[in-house]
Amino acid sequence: MSAAAGPLAGKRILVAKPGLDGHDAGAKVIALALRDAGAEVIYTGLRKSPDFIVRAALDEDVAAVGLSILSGSHMELTREVLEGLRRAGAGDVPVFVGGTIPPQDRAALLEAGVRGVFTNDMPVARVIEDLARSLV
Amino acid sequence: MSAVPMPGAPGAKPDTRVATPSGIEVPVVVTRDMTADADPGLPATYPFTRGIFADGYRGRPWTIRQYSGFGSAEESNQRYRFLLDQGQTGLSVALDLPTQCGYDPDDAMARPEVGKVGVSLSSLSEMETLFEGIDLGAISTSFTVNGTAAIIYAMYLAAADKQGVPRGKLTGTIQNDILKEYVARGTWIFPVRPSLRLIADSILYSNEVSPRFNAISIAGAHVRDAGCTAVEEMAYTLANGLAYVDELIRRGGDVARFARRLSFFFYVHMDLFEEACKFRAGRRLWAKLLRERYGVTDDKALHFRFGVVCGGSSLVAAQPYNNIVRVAIENVAAVLGGAQSIFTCAYDEAFQIPTEFSAEIALRTQQIVQHESGIAATVDPLGGSYYVEWLTERMESAMLEVMREIDAYGGVVKAIEDGWLQRRIAARAKERKEATDRGERVVVGQNRFRREAQADGCGEAFRLDPDLSARVLAKLARVKQSRDAGRVERSLAALEAAAPTDAENLMPPLIECCHAYATVGEMVSRLKRRWGEFQEPVRL
Repeated sequence: MSAAAGPLAGKRILVAKPGLDGHDAGAKVIALALRDAGAEVIYTGLRKSPDFIVRAALDEDVAAVGLSILSGSHMELTREVLEGLRRAGAGDVPVFVGGTIPPQDRAALLEAGVRGVFTNDMPVARVIEDLARSLV
Repeated sequence: MSAVPMPGAPGAKPDTRVATPSGIEVPVVVTRDMTADADPGLPATYPFTRGIFADGYRGRPWTIRQYSGFGSAEESNQRYRFLLDQGQTGLSVALDLPTQCGYDPDDAMARPEVGKVGVSLSSLSEMETLFEGIDLGAISTSFTVNGTAAIIYAMYLAAADKQGVPRGKLTGTIQNDILKEYVARGTWIFPVRPSLRLIADSILYSNEVSPRFNAISIAGAHVRDAGCTAVEEMAYTLANGLAYVDELIRRGGDVARFARRLSFFFYVHMDLFEEACKFRAGRRLWAKLLRERYGVTDDKALHFRFGVVCGGSSLVAAQPYNNIVRVAIENVAAVLGGAQSIFTCAYDEAFQIPTEFSAEIALRTQQIVQHESGIAATVDPLGGSYYVEWLTERMESAMLEVMREIDAYGGVVKAIEDGWLQRRIAARAKERKEATDRGERVVVGQNRFRREAQADGCGEAFRLDPDLSARVLAKLARVKQSRDAGRVERSLAALEAAAPTDAENLMPPLIECCHAYATVGEMVSRLKRRWGEFQEPVRL
């Protein structure tokens, strides 16, 4: 498939690993899948602070930020990224969260301003569809 | 309400799988003439296909070692006492990420993660609390720690000193396998070369002062859970093992001696026979490699001793109680493979820290397998099965093939520094996810026999004490206030001075730092000054 032709063609997306969690298989699988779907993916690598991620989102002028968190610190880290984006006047950049998210925390994340929560039992195709719909 | 599985749904096909998850094609039936040697010989005899002990589990049952730890040292101490009271036979300490990555709880990078995935152990004071009322001379303790493994080992020795337990009596394991951290799991701190030096220091030191302690557990578990196959898991692990052997020899270690204390650690996923054969093949391949490449002849040094974890990414959040069944099957596979210690994950581990309820079921699963199933009555009950011997042979040659590819690339250290191995694992993870999404890799309750109406019912939710972080920080402040500041500074300066060359073993200065109540973060930052930090190759 030609990269430019996918459902996410022309979209710049930041895939980020906030905090100390080192499990990056999910982030990399999603990053590769987004790229297959035509997106231009910027992957931060491990162990980035929320400040770093906010700055990267601004510098790279991305259409969306995806946070991958499997360490149980998703509430704190996600809130810090959301606040950082708002403070920088980029509160309209949609933030998505993936990882090990207990069912009861999903609603809390959405309420905090997250656009979507993805867990590893979701087919990748559905994640791409949701993103494509969100980023028109 | 009716539960409606969907065997006839569009796209559902009869199960026609004819290959193992590693891609080895499975014949409909295997006959004697298809194996090179249908007779695997005797256990405790080179190359140890049937195990390392002549009497198998009759002489020594496997250690039931549940990984646990969360919050503060006080809370984890209570959970350990509970598990020991329930018949658990060894401890396995889960550390929080700040402790594993070398940050004190008051560091900005650490704050959201304090006590989340394990216990916070910032100084000897916390280690003393963790083992209060538990005799370190009477139990074996395993620490899943890598980047800061030498520090945690130093702290454990210091805690034993404090309890008055001779260091030579200590048994247990530190994972201390940094190579796989660069590939998966990600708790690296320093660049590859100084990290290898620190590992060699701790192993050589441990051989002298705590000879019953395993100063390394070379682990394939995490690359496996990150997506690679059972064959690759074993091949990468043995390749890393050989890299450590080379480093230890370079540092003047005697392979016939230190090889006795090398241990291994793997995941067990769902393909029962492939998992059992993975261990049979890996055990004999390791013995052959040590004998053929390094001339090791001592049986004890050739022994491939390993622990396993059952569960991980084979567990799913959909219909979580099904995970109890998965873990039981994996437990059986581990025993048929001859594991020395086993950790069975709790059914809710796919989405939270286990509750006491789920942790108890995981423990009881092992006790049922060990005491009710009869599986431990005779050594290697699968030995001589045509299929098992055939599959063991196929897996062994597939493992060797992967090891050759790594050699051809230039060895594991180069493959890791370049990010080559990391990209291979990521590609595998993607394949595995795609196979799951397509339904080729069946996950009952998730992509087959799924019941949409079912809520994510998973019983009790685990909740950490919200005041935890404040309590840990207050204790750290008290420790810093009450310690002898002069002794802390002197010990840290001595550590830093010994770092640049490998002329001096770093363990004695680390132990002195621990006795002085220097913190993990303080020790790590002194070493970072000399060694710098690992630069992750992030190319996808």
